[in-house]
Amino acid sequence: MTAPRTLFAKIWDAHVIMQKPDGDALIHIDRNFVHEGSFHAFGALAKEGRKVRKPRQNFAVADHYVPTVNRDQGLAAVEDDDARHMIGLLEENCRTNGIVHYGMADARQGIVHVIGPELGITQPGLTITCGDSHTSTHGALGAYAFGTGASQLKQILATQCLWLKRPKTLHVTVSGKLAPGVTGKDVVLAIIAKIGTAGATGHVIEFAGAAIRGLTIEGRLTVCNMAIEAGGRAGMIAPDDKVYEYLHGREFAPKGVDWDAALKQWRALPTDDGASFDREVTLDGAALEPMLTWGTSPEEALPVTGRVPDPATLGDANKRDHAKLALAYMDLKPGTPLTDIRIDRAFIGSCTNGRIEDLRAAAAVLKGRKAVIPAWISPGSTPLKAQAEAEGLDRIFIEAGVEWRASGCSSCAAMNGDKVPPGMRSASTSNRNFEGRQGKGARTHLMSPAMAAAAIVTGRVTDVRTLMQER
Amino acid sequence: MKPFTTLTAVAAPFEMANVDTDRIIPVRFLRKLRSEKAGYDPYLFHDMRFDGAGRENPDFVLNQAPYRKAGILVAGANFGCGSSREGAVYALLDWGIRAVIAPSFGDIHYANELQNGMLPVTLPEEICRGLRDQLRAKPGATLAIDLPAQTVTDTLGDSHPFMIDPVYKERLLKGLDDIGLVLEQLPAIENYEDSYHAQRPWLA
Repeated sequence: MTAPRTLFAKIWDAHVIMQKPDGDALIHIDRNFVHEGSFHAFGALAKEGRKVRKPRQNFAVADHYVPTVNRDQGLAAVEDDDARHMIGLLEENCRTNGIVHYGMADARQGIVHVIGPELGITQPGLTITCGDSHTSTHGALGAYAFGTGASQLKQILATQCLWLKRPKTLHVTVSGKLAPGVTGKDVVLAIIAKIGTAGATGHVIEFAGAAIRGLTIEGRLTVCNMAIEAGGRAGMIAPDDKVYEYLHGREFAPKGVDWDAALKQWRALPTDDGASFDREVTLDGAALEPMLTWGTSPEEALPVTGRVPDPATLGDANKRDHAKLALAYMDLKPGTPLTDIRIDRAFIGSCTNGRIEDLRAAAAVLKGRKAVIPAWISPGSTPLKAQAEAEGLDRIFIEAGVEWRASGCSSCAAMNGDKVPPGMRSASTSNRNFEGRQGKGARTHLMSPAMAAAAIVTGRVTDVRTLMQER
Repeated sequence: MKPFTTLTAVAAPFEMANVDTDRIIPVRFLRKLRSEKAGYDPYLFHDMRFDGAGRENPDFVLNQAPYRKAGILVAGANFGCGSSREGAVYALLDWGIRAVIAPSFGDIHYANELQNGMLPVTLPEEICRGLRDQLRAKPGATLAIDLPAQTVTDTLGDSHPFMIDPVYKERLLKGLDDIGLVLEQLPAIENYEDSYHAQRPWLA
């Protein structure tokens, strides 16, 4: 009889190639993703005369720098010289190294953290890496997935393994049933507001509890996506039937007898009764409300019914100092009701909230209403774009006066030029409200797709539940 | 990788917690190629260092005369949180910073510093605050970091011990390349992969 283990411990143990007495473990990496920004790692690899050791365990997609407009005109029409070069360079590096590549014109193209699950590349029990901090997203299917910098990415390409220290574990339990209008985004913003952006540093978070189990796969992906915004090394959720149904039949999911074998292994993954975590945090899911950020750190978030806080009332000196700077940058006054904040533009999309459920939630609010501010929607992947169009969502967006664009990281990191102009206040479904994240001087309020849609039709922060009642 | 043993350098007090990597290097510079001739130093803290017209902001610590040659930053908690961009480390290194002292670091950024021969030093909040107070009182003063002894000596000559994982320490002291270390284990890796994939043929 083995001691009870956590989901994380089971995955970790299965991937240890060797354990050194000093605590370093050599960990096998099942899947690694690369994107245009990976050029530093490929360049360093080539300079050292090394090749990708396991090309079939690597996958490439163009997402960070691709334009979201005029995509049918192809690579040659990308106006930004650097971006065009980087998109082409990724394809070239993949060809040289024999890595499957979903380029700008590929029907499977999309944001790396959207297409991984969508293509069934992401599976329970796997170790997954990418040179991107939001790799934590993939943990929603029961994987141990984490971001790396360029040096570790280079090592993974060259060896398909990585020396790692075993992280600690944090168990975040969200009990109860979420109220209408409260989504995975609101849950994770509430968690980050509670534990802080360094709250999970050095830890892998396992999200659990009735409210998490009740989330769809899309909602779970949103929660794990932002585990990194709580400082977590990774976020993960125990796989269940929802995950298996989601994966069945997808391109890279196991088939036939392999499926049966995989399912048997996956069912053994969830945390055993009695397994212990290094830390525990609990939240009452039933008490949660739609959330948004007011400051310049994802932890500076409050329920939409709240008011801009007075920094002087914050207990911790670091938080107080940060809040003062944040309010100056955001041009907000303490005590202002959040619903009095004017919004200048909106972005719906990203690896956080660019999935079909997110698009449907936005459409439910936008249907029959008109945008009063400039806004665009970039679906998380090209297949999702087609699905949304088959469902008629694109017509709802266009009739509401919202731009319906092609898939990419777009305005989340604004690498492709989809920037928010200086001083403008943006309602965004992305994951970071750091100073300058969406463009120099841009003021970002993070929120769910439904809340962003509510801001689009009112031009201010709006409790989406009030619009839901009008229906 | 350049080994790290000891460093005595001008230290700059950086009064801010949760310094994210978007702040250390704004995203628009990540597309730049980095070479010996063209480093990432112009982009370090770009939007704090320069105003909209590209003029230096005189209030920014690294623009002030005593700190222009800083080799050490003493920062607030959770330094380098956010994006995984290694460009943040390139910018710090190319500008001349070889060590950051802070109460805590973002995990990915911490690993990125180590991978590039930079030393992230973790010291308690009150000690970091004390160091920053000393550095403001004596602009341009140096701190001495001794990695073998695991100490930081402040401007008053007091020594503060810090913890670092022995594995990271050894790699920094020797400037070891991780890929070489991994490939020494190739037979064990191949054995592992054969048995792992025998049970999961769909993953090979």
